[in-house]
Amino acid sequence: MGLGKFIGYLVSLSAMLVALWLTLSGYFDKPLLLSLGAVSVGITVLLVLRMRILDDEASPYHRLFGLVGFWGWLLVEIIKSSLIVSKNILRPEMLLTPRMVRVKTLPASTYGRVLFANSITLTPGTVSVDLDDDEIIVHSLLKEMTNKDDFAEMARRCARAVGEKESIS
Amino acid sequence: MIDIMPYLEILRYVLAGALLFGGAVFMIIGAVGMLRLPDFYARIHAAGITDTLATVMLIAGMMLHSGFTQTTAKLALVAIFLFLTSPTATHAVANAAHKAGLKPRLGKVQPPHPRDKMKGAK
Repeated sequence: MGLGKFIGYLVSLSAMLVALWLTLSGYFDKPLLLSLGAVSVGITVLLVLRMRILDDEASPYHRLFGLVGFWGWLLVEIIKSSLIVSKNILRPEMLLTPRMVRVKTLPASTYGRVLFANSITLTPGTVSVDLDDDEIIVHSLLKEMTNKDDFAEMARRCARAVGEKESIS
Repeated sequence: MIDIMPYLEILRYVLAGALLFGGAVFMIIGAVGMLRLPDFYARIHAAGITDTLATVMLIAGMMLHSGFTQTTAKLALVAIFLFLTSPTATHAVANAAHKAGLKPRLGKVQPPHPRDKMKGAK
């Protein structure tokens, strides 16, 4: 890891910890409490350095910008499929068509895959049951929710949200 | 020129109330699904509605209700944590069932009509 990246992770981790402390405590004008907060942030950063886990995973905050737009799109998808599932639950003559499908179009990076599997689970009507190297097994409540193009679309958006240059594998 | 601020304030509370009510309705729908759906994997989807849409609506309603305060910032944090952890928990449960060899009911599944259930109860 280069020095520039290292300092970037360090600064963003410290900034997020300070912001978290201020949000949760709400103190802005008590010097004693503020300095105690500064000490606890310092100890946390020192611990992270000592554990040698300061990397992309410990300080992923630069990804937030790409994720905000994706979450907006995901929220619309959640609302749409929630309404479909709710309608089916409330129908007296309930007719389900459960399926297990294998989704093979995945984002290339680990981050993209985790985001993709999580997004599938977050959307009501589909749950990712198992993850392999090259496929995700998805259980779906209704067969119209297992459209291949919809999964491909979601995979493409996940890949773009985590900043993958090339498209899906 | 009329002052529109008081009206916006009223609108904010009305919207907050509507969101809270909608969230509550989806919570109940999720609970009904929990009872009506036939097997474990199908019931996860009902839990998914309470996990996602209902929670989002409830938290958005509470955020609107408390306005631009520290509480709203904390609620936003709660929403982010829920969005990251609840699919992970759902996946862990579903994955455990799959690994343990529980087979889902596939194809066409038609749970009993509520009317027939009533007859059976008599």
